[in-house]
Amino acid sequence: MSTVARKKSVIWDYLTTVDHKKIAILYLIAGGFFFLVGGLEALFIRIQLAKPNNDFLVGGLYNQVLTMHGTTMIFLAAMPLIFAMMNAVVPIQIGARDVAFPFLNALGFWLFFFGGVFLNCSWFLGGAPDAGWTSYASLSLESPGHGIDFYVLGLQISGFGTLMGGINFLVTIINMRAPGMTYMRMPMFTWASFVTSALILFAFPPLTVGLVFMMMDRLFGGNFFHPAQGGNTIIWEHLFWIFGHPEVYILVLPAFGIFSEIFATFSKKRLFGYSSMVFATVLIGFLGFMVWAHHMFTTGMGPIANAIFAVATMAIAVPTGIKIFNWLFTMWGGNIRFTTPMLYAVAFIPSFVMGGVTGVMNAAAAADYQYHDSYFVVAHFHYVIVGGVVFALLAGVHYWWPKMFGKMLNEALGKTTFWLFLIGFHLTFFIQHFLGLMGMPRRVFTYLPGQGFETGNLISTVGAFFMAAATIILLVNVIITTAKGKKAEADAWGVGRTLEWAVASPPPEYNFAQTPLVRGLDALWIEKMEGKKGLTPAEPLGDIHMPNSSILPFVISLGLFIAAFGFMYHNQHSWGLFVGIGGLLITLGSMFLRSVIDDHGFHIHKEEIMEAEKGVKA
Amino acid sequence: MHAEEKLTAETFPAAPEKATLEGKNKFLGFWLFLGGETVLFASLFATYLALRDKTAGGPPAHELFRMPLVFVATMLLLTSSLTSVYAIYHMKNFDFKKMQLWFAITVLLGAGFLGLEIFEFNEYVHEGHVFTKSAFASSFYTLVGTHGGHVAFGLLWILTLMIRNAKRGLNLYNAPKFYVASLYWHFIDVVWVFIFTVVYLMGMVG
Repeated sequence: MSTVARKKSVIWDYLTTVDHKKIAILYLIAGGFFFLVGGLEALFIRIQLAKPNNDFLVGGLYNQVLTMHGTTMIFLAAMPLIFAMMNAVVPIQIGARDVAFPFLNALGFWLFFFGGVFLNCSWFLGGAPDAGWTSYASLSLESPGHGIDFYVLGLQISGFGTLMGGINFLVTIINMRAPGMTYMRMPMFTWASFVTSALILFAFPPLTVGLVFMMMDRLFGGNFFHPAQGGNTIIWEHLFWIFGHPEVYILVLPAFGIFSEIFATFSKKRLFGYSSMVFATVLIGFLGFMVWAHHMFTTGMGPIANAIFAVATMAIAVPTGIKIFNWLFTMWGGNIRFTTPMLYAVAFIPSFVMGGVTGVMNAAAAADYQYHDSYFVVAHFHYVIVGGVVFALLAGVHYWWPKMFGKMLNEALGKTTFWLFLIGFHLTFFIQHFLGLMGMPRRVFTYLPGQGFETGNLISTVGAFFMAAATIILLVNVIITTAKGKKAEADAWGVGRTLEWAVASPPPEYNFAQTPLVRGLDALWIEKMEGKKGLTPAEPLGDIHMPNSSILPFVISLGLFIAAFGFMYHNQHSWGLFVGIGGLLITLGSMFLRSVIDDHGFHIHKEEIMEAEKGVKA
Repeated sequence: MHAEEKLTAETFPAAPEKATLEGKNKFLGFWLFLGGETVLFASLFATYLALRDKTAGGPPAHELFRMPLVFVATMLLLTSSLTSVYAIYHMKNFDFKKMQLWFAITVLLGAGFLGLEIFEFNEYVHEGHVFTKSAFASSFYTLVGTHGGHVAFGLLWILTLMIRNAKRGLNLYNAPKFYVASLYWHFIDVVWVFIFTVVYLMGMVG
């Protein structure tokens, strides 16, 4: 059964890969691309709002751009970029050779990718969704054209991918840890990924159900949300937010994890209060499911429900506060190095705390009647999502870039990116608090002169261009680094604490020639402090079993992509139903092939590994 | 242990589904997947409970439901869960022939259930209880139909496994596959217990 992997073309290699490190690169490229698309949409929004009575994007088109900005940033940029980090780092941090289900890992990526492409096809096929990223049923059922159908079917497909990713990382972290890697020795980023994966597992099915109802109502004559036939549009709001609120923790917990790694590494200190960090992460994950209705205070649920959800929401500030203080105490007395990732981490604390404070303000149900649907809310969630998640992703990209690609990003350019982004971010969103308090509603495409909104909006727009400039410099940095960057060592920053810094940059296909023996928290740091060069192996050198690559994940996802087009047009065109069923048959057929064709993988022989490892050591 | 190892009744491990790392991963991953499925069905149940009396002029549940038919279907599905336990019992004893036999009986019972459900839906449609009639009808067909879809998928899955492995017998590569399919089958059964209670029994008492 053991065969040597044949040489393949790069494109075919990436289409068929099941290697978590290559899948991480795929997620990074696809997520990065959608981040640029969503960023352009944000710029368009800000250009339209730069002055009163502007006519750059009017009415319906503005609604489409606004909806796609939110949907793209959450589902197609932030989520996949987090999966990029998780794929690149988690298996190595726990001393594993791959994830538990490499095939499923590839399938998850391709489902996300085709879902995202499908959603964005709407721009060229009659118009994008236009009911906001929350797509409330009372709006979206009335939306003409196919925009909302693209939303429903596209998110359905990419949601399956995310769910698979979640299950995969749960099993990986439970079953694949190296000897000695107990739960309480796992790096904080791994813990965060673990809790996030559990949230994904329980949060995505309600979204799937909500999307199915919406699909039934719009395409197949269902009545879930039609009041005339007994339906109830509030059901959508509940299902959406039962998913939607855990979703923000799905995004922000890995961000906390990334920052925990960075604080410890560049303070040259063990993370302060590690066990309380773990506890806080799990508690946030748990409470995250108890608070969804704080998005619906003005729906009319009554004072008791509002009070319960208000108190539960405020309670989340407690574990989050624990984390903030732990990060501060990690830096306290540390040997701090202000590298680019560390700059983001330090800037994250005040930025995120401001978002947290406005969060508690929004949680006060009575006060929320004033903030609801105003720019105050827009300012709040951009402070937590950009100030938390986007900062973390930018920090993580700079931090782990050498591990993923084997080259150090340029620090001068990195710091330029940071300062432009930080200034731009606060310029854009700080003023929006006040615009909101002054009465500017969100999701409205223009405003009249003389209401005091002019200066604030202009400042906000200028800030957005700062962030755009920062992104361009980051891209320049990537290009320059790829062309002639400095080659990264295994321990690229020189102060690595966790296992990923013990393997070559980029790591070999099998990660560890010998599975390491983990002897405590910050496993690599322990070995370095004892003067050792590498990790203590837990097994003799031997053949390594590897999974086969496969094109089936791509084909399974392509089938659903085709099916979605068919079902969307089945009411207007007779071919719709055939294409829909044909697409499903492609998917089911590929799943059948996956089931009946044995896949035992292959072995990399001991001699080849010794040859490869010699090259690294020299 | 290795997945491709040739085994006898004596060397076959007590828990063949968890004897390899791949098996352990499948076992755990599938339990987690069922956790997600539970939330999926919980959402469908919650919606059904919110909409079950919104009949929009169509027939209400207690006039509609054919309880004798549903009872027979329920018995078929519950029995099929028992027969799949026998199949796994024989799998653990390395008795491939008997395992196949009991899985075949499971599939027949499941197919019987599915046939009755299709017949039942057809009857309801003739009484004006169509999917597009009301919120009650939409949520009823989506909840019960999603379960029915799971039954159909389970039948295809178990049949595929039986046919694929008919000639080569049991090993540690396919034992986790059979085991996980039987877990899925039990899950479908448990969901049906809730459907029978929440949809049908509660439907009869209003």
